[in-house]
Amino acid sequence: MRRSPVRDFLVGCFVLVGIAAIAYLSLRVGGLASGPPGGFTVYATFDEIGGLKPRAAVVVSGVKVGQVKSIALDKTYRARVEMDLDPHVQLPVDTSASIVTSGVLGDRYIQLQLGGDPELVKNGEEVGFTESAVILERMIGKFIHNVGVDKGEKTDKKEESP
Amino acid sequence: MSVAWVQDLGAIALGFVSDLGRFGGFTAHLARVTFAPPLRLRAFVDEVYKLGVLSIIIITVCGLAVGMVLGLQGYNTLARFGATNSLGAVVGLSLIRELGPVLTALLATGRAGSATAAEIGTMVATEQLDGLRMMSVDPVHYVVMPRTYAMIVVMPLLSAMFIVMGLFGGYLVGAGLMGVDGGAYLSSIESSIDFYDDVLGSLLKALVFGVLVGLIATYRGYTSAPTSAGVSASTTSTVVVGSVTILLVDYVITALWGV
Repeated sequence: MRRSPVRDFLVGCFVLVGIAAIAYLSLRVGGLASGPPGGFTVYATFDEIGGLKPRAAVVVSGVKVGQVKSIALDKTYRARVEMDLDPHVQLPVDTSASIVTSGVLGDRYIQLQLGGDPELVKNGEEVGFTESAVILERMIGKFIHNVGVDKGEKTDKKEESP
Repeated sequence: MSVAWVQDLGAIALGFVSDLGRFGGFTAHLARVTFAPPLRLRAFVDEVYKLGVLSIIIITVCGLAVGMVLGLQGYNTLARFGATNSLGAVVGLSLIRELGPVLTALLATGRAGSATAAEIGTMVATEQLDGLRMMSVDPVHYVVMPRTYAMIVVMPLLSAMFIVMGLFGGYLVGAGLMGVDGGAYLSSIESSIDFYDDVLGSLLKALVFGVLVGLIATYRGYTSAPTSAGVSASTTSTVVVGSVTILLVDYVITALWGV
């Protein structure tokens, strides 16, 4: 088989372009190297996380500072969410984490509302307050139920709002 | 009452099973000679050129077209729910999980697999393989091995190029034509696609398809009848058997591993 420098060069280019495409898919699209630098781990425990998924964004004032690393049930069957945050963000211990939705049908993400406590959350600790996800169907159900109660018997209403 | 059709059915089944057995023997033969020296690297590079470099144009053009169609269809469907910001997720997930590897494999079967089968079939018809055997050169080692391994290496690379071009095509239509926010498109892609679940699965699919197409094309060429009709039949059956196998195996991989 005869050597052909041009052909060898083209094959080399082909392999390089292919590897570049795989690298782009893995690193940028696949999220192996996306988002701000992590390394600062913080936990939060919620009663209800709705449709929160790993790799969901964690934001402060709308700016992304990290992402959800893992979600697991703790011993009391509440959802314990592990967040990987930018170490430059310093969270007071009375920080509140809430699960919110972008748009009506959009993705779930975690919003951190910073508190005013001078003491800071350390690596691996838990934030002070959490606010669970709002489930749209449940809210609609409650709303319909309340409307029905308002129309009718008053004894039920007492039970509803203790 | 004739039982001839039962006999026909039996003959078909036997033919299928013995063909499958010969295919298995062929694969085992190929595996056995893989590490036998010489490694035939020069022939391998030549085959990567023929199967890969010469397929770049068809792959990129088709990837772009598929991405643009996905962008258009996805936009029109999502617009009904007011969820056009999820366009990136729709285009990205369909391309990476399904369309990228499958369409690349189908295109490569038609573009490169058929050519490989015809080439080896012609060697059979012109008794070149017999000539090799007379010189005590194993034709599976000399002719088949570089082609099969080139196909296996080339397929994931082509598939990745197809997907990147498709994502770009979806961006062109979605952001350029339909007015979806470009940043929302890209961030929707990035947040919905996971490396381990989606990208690795996509590469695994492409690799499996590469093995299948490489083996089927070379096997069909290697076993073609030494006539011009035989070469033509082996080319046709490469495309038919290859395409059907790809789609069936795609279903099996998706069902088993949820890729």
